[in-house]
Amino acid sequence: MNTQLEPLRLAEAGSLSLRGIVKRFGATRVLDGIDLDIRAGEFLTLVGPSGCGKSTLLRIIAGLEAQDAGSVTIGGHCVDALPPSERDVAMVFQSYALYPHMSVAQNIASPLELRRLSLIERLPLLRWLSPRRPRVMREIMDEVRAMAAQLQLEGLLDRRPAQLSGGQRQRVALGRAMVRRPAAFLMDEPLSNLDAQLRVHMRTELAELHARLGATFVYVTHDQVEAMTMSDRVALMDQGRILQLGTPAALYDEPADLTVARFIGSPPINLLALRAGADGMVRAAGLALRAPAPGPVSLGIRPEALHLAPAAPGLLQARLRRAENLGAEWLLHAEAADGTPLAIRMTAAERAAAAGLIGPILHLRAGREGTHLFGADGRRLAVGQIAEVTA
Amino acid sequence: MRSARLRREHRAGTAFALPAFALILALLLAPLAALLALSLTDYRLGAVAVRLVGLDHYAALFSDEVFQRSLRNTFLYVAFVLPGAVFGGLGVALLVHARGRSRAFYEVAYFLPVTATLVAMATVWQFMLHPSLGPVSALLRALGFGDVDLLNDPSLALATLALIGLWQVIGFNMVLFLAGLSAIPRDLYEAAALDGARRAPDRFLRVTWPMLGPTTMFVTVTSTITAFKVFDTVVVLTRGGPLGATETLLYVLYLEGFQYFRIGYAAAMTVVLLVFLVLLSILQARVIERRVHYA
Repeated sequence: MNTQLEPLRLAEAGSLSLRGIVKRFGATRVLDGIDLDIRAGEFLTLVGPSGCGKSTLLRIIAGLEAQDAGSVTIGGHCVDALPPSERDVAMVFQSYALYPHMSVAQNIASPLELRRLSLIERLPLLRWLSPRRPRVMREIMDEVRAMAAQLQLEGLLDRRPAQLSGGQRQRVALGRAMVRRPAAFLMDEPLSNLDAQLRVHMRTELAELHARLGATFVYVTHDQVEAMTMSDRVALMDQGRILQLGTPAALYDEPADLTVARFIGSPPINLLALRAGADGMVRAAGLALRAPAPGPVSLGIRPEALHLAPAAPGLLQARLRRAENLGAEWLLHAEAADGTPLAIRMTAAERAAAAGLIGPILHLRAGREGTHLFGADGRRLAVGQIAEVTA
Repeated sequence: MRSARLRREHRAGTAFALPAFALILALLLAPLAALLALSLTDYRLGAVAVRLVGLDHYAALFSDEVFQRSLRNTFLYVAFVLPGAVFGGLGVALLVHARGRSRAFYEVAYFLPVTATLVAMATVWQFMLHPSLGPVSALLRALGFGDVDLLNDPSLALATLALIGLWQVIGFNMVLFLAGLSAIPRDLYEAAALDGARRAPDRFLRVTWPMLGPTTMFVTVTSTITAFKVFDTVVVLTRGGPLGATETLLYVLYLEGFQYFRIGYAAAMTVVLLVFLVLLSILQARVIERRVHYA
């Protein structure tokens, strides 16, 4: 097969489509019927707790793992029967998976060498018999140098991976992925081996890279901050299913269920275990909400939706445990009467205005925005009516 | 004040290092010095007087035909065994590594010759290769090679011993290579698969072989040393014969020292053997280290 052909850039070249993907490891279903459409040029993040199946899903897209059922379509073509190298995707591994015995230049050149030279032309000694090898290698090295310039690796081309810093290795891994211009990039927790400062920096770099390349990015992480800050859309996975697929804002503002609400947001959403009365009304933290049916419910209140108020009946009472000053904002950690931990986020200005209300006992009122009601099965309930109870 | 403290620390450090140094001195360096000293004397076991002969023994070695032959035979033997020991061990390891549940069986099976004492196994080989009773000879006859007496044919005896040596060392090398193979991160193979390494030779050349560099070097050095020290099969199977075709360095050394009791002369031979082994180790370390990556 001639792999030297430039892949045809159709409009949907980088689109990915997954249909009914199932994967079992022994008796456990790691992936339980995943359907997912990823648009060409989209930055889609698979996020979820460890063991949710997100990495397995990425490896199935790459072709490193075979699914037990379902099919993968890349750029409009079913790739189920294709080996990883022919799927027109590149992968960046958590460990970077650089060849430790090769220089930076050789690492980046590797995919091009494997594609443009025959096996004979790559064998030791025998390769010198090929008349076209020097020319092809010159072309490859030109491309490698151009790639290195793009990634600020010019001075490092002769170094071995062991002589590089974490961030530099990360860029070499990106270079090796980018040099063959794949339609889609698959990234498996690429930032998790970097220190916190570099991770923040690389987040920006990756987002800019995505904008520049216009290629499809499928990004796996367990870090909701990475998911929220870089993605066009986020698929939140748990126990082999996609719980919610949407923009970061949609996941935060309209979580489909309790797991999503809990996973997205830092500090996590405050949850109060309550009971809807016979009339379906739930009354707490200064709100009266109508649930569709009586029974146990959870009231989720984002930390920034909890406000300090003067003492009044119907408000949520909590004991202040600790106040954290983060500069631009404050975090108050408190504990409700039943021991439920609560977090309250306020801007410095809000805190200054409410300074008189901060004492050992806090009285809290939940705002309508950022407050959600979840049923016993964890699904978010359509709230019929919200009324603020006025003192 | 400060220098007093430094001196104290220095003394303490020396005191701590002293036991280890004393052990090295007593167990490693002193015997070596004794060996060197002996090689300069005409000491014989039980002799009353010992005379210093200087480098006479070393000079004699150069004109000693038996020693020269044993040297040649030993190098020939190493040349026979080494490639097979390294590449055979690697090949077996690659095959065994790819097995699933049956892997444990193959590991044990290939390792058996290592655990068996070679002197005991040599008697088995003696039977196997017996010109009239042995199954190997019968097989060779059936294949049309006629009557072949592998251990008594001067042109075949050394090669036969080399094969037996190989039989013994391959299992050991396999275990070393298996350890090396298990240490290669799976990511690298996956990265190679995405890069376009679809066939086994590509995976081998791009990942397996370079990543096994340190293991290969270790296996090469230990196999060379093992082969250099070939002794037990010679004693049990051929006693250096036929016509000195299997006289090896260690065997001749053993004869001089423990049969003829010319300890001084044997000591000189031992020094030569040691020099060869050390030179070989240094050479291999130098040559391979430049091409070996240590992660």
